[in-house]
Amino acid sequence: MTQWSGYLGLILQGALVTVELTLMGSVLALVMAFLAGIGRVSRFFIVRALATTYIEFFRGTSIFVQLFWAYFVLPFVGLSLTPLQAGVLALGLNVGAYAAEVVRGAILSIGDEQYEACTALNLGRWQGMRHVILPQALLVMLPTFGNNAIELLKATSVVSLISLADLTFQAQVVRSQTGSTLMPFASVLVIYFVLALIISWGVRSLERRMARGLDGVRV
Amino acid sequence: MEWDWNFVREIMPTLIQGVKITILATVLGSILAAIVGLAIALARRSPNRAVSRSVGWFAEFVRGTPLLVQLYFIFYVLPDFGILLPPLVAGGIGLGLHYGTYTAEVYRAGIDNVPRGQWEAAKACNLSGHHTWTHVILPQAIPPMIPALANYFIAMFKETPLLSAITVLELMNQAKSVANSYYRYVEPMTLVGAFFLVISLCSVVLLRWLEHRYGRIER
Repeated sequence: MTQWSGYLGLILQGALVTVELTLMGSVLALVMAFLAGIGRVSRFFIVRALATTYIEFFRGTSIFVQLFWAYFVLPFVGLSLTPLQAGVLALGLNVGAYAAEVVRGAILSIGDEQYEACTALNLGRWQGMRHVILPQALLVMLPTFGNNAIELLKATSVVSLISLADLTFQAQVVRSQTGSTLMPFASVLVIYFVLALIISWGVRSLERRMARGLDGVRV
Repeated sequence: MEWDWNFVREIMPTLIQGVKITILATVLGSILAAIVGLAIALARRSPNRAVSRSVGWFAEFVRGTPLLVQLYFIFYVLPDFGILLPPLVAGGIGLGLHYGTYTAEVYRAGIDNVPRGQWEAAKACNLSGHHTWTHVILPQAIPPMIPALANYFIAMFKETPLLSAITVLELMNQAKSVANSYYRYVEPMTLVGAFFLVISLCSVVLLRWLEHRYGRIER
């Protein structure tokens, strides 16, 4: 029994790394999502083209390939990353590309009358975006962002393949040390599921909070 | 480190071997996902609450946990229970099961989209439950959901590199072994990325066509 608790400690350490990766990846993804999402509705062709290229590139190749590319190829062009940095970079850029489309869709889903109202109030483009469009669009984005965060959490398991000691990696360690397979993999699956439940619960309560005071405003 | 075309030519045959396995795994997974998705969608509509609830939770669990860990589970844990699968089959089952829980939602939406009148008409024609499904509901429900299904199959295609973790010799694994034996990462990894990018850009065209062909619902 004492043995198992030791191995459980190992798995919990892995869980901590997974949570860390998910948080950092989410922050990067959020930044990229807004940059690229707003970039795609920009007035300037060059900005739109850049944003579209970024989104298509990162959605078109798999996260696994991107991670390996960041970890194995970038050192050859003089950019050495630790596994954690490579993981956060690949995860954030990949999920950010998916989330950018969510941002774009949400911004476009806001009715024309809101834009007209911005013009009528003599708000600049950025002022209108900041005070009128985004606060409403954010609520539309939130549920899908929750799904994206869960996708990111699931994608973190891939970093175990570049030797970062996350949940999946620790499960493999426990498997090779004990020869037992059911216990490490079943417990890791359960932990991932609980983390996913926590994310979806957190996003739901955030959504409720943000929807407060907007009743009747939204169609 | 500069790009070496001779090396590219040298490793091409190995990579093409990998491409074949990648496509085979995708086809295997897609067929399974199409079947599993339908089975889950039908089971969730079952009048027996125990069945619909437990299948619902199972699907939720599979969707909330990473594919990589599920692959490990199938590959390492099942042999303990006497089910020994070759890597490619284990990979196909993993992909099919994981994406089956996603396609189940597509089926659910497609079935819900069939108007109530069709159900009533089937009843009025004295069709049995089985005949109602095979002759009335599914033929109307499936064509509009083909683009959405194809979307998931393409997503699955991009996840196939994960199979390299359970020793399937698909594209990513071939590239990795080539890279390790020559200690040149730039060409193999970039080619893998380019390959996935090309396929997914082509699949965008295919999706547009499918949407054009099947996406509209005629009422």
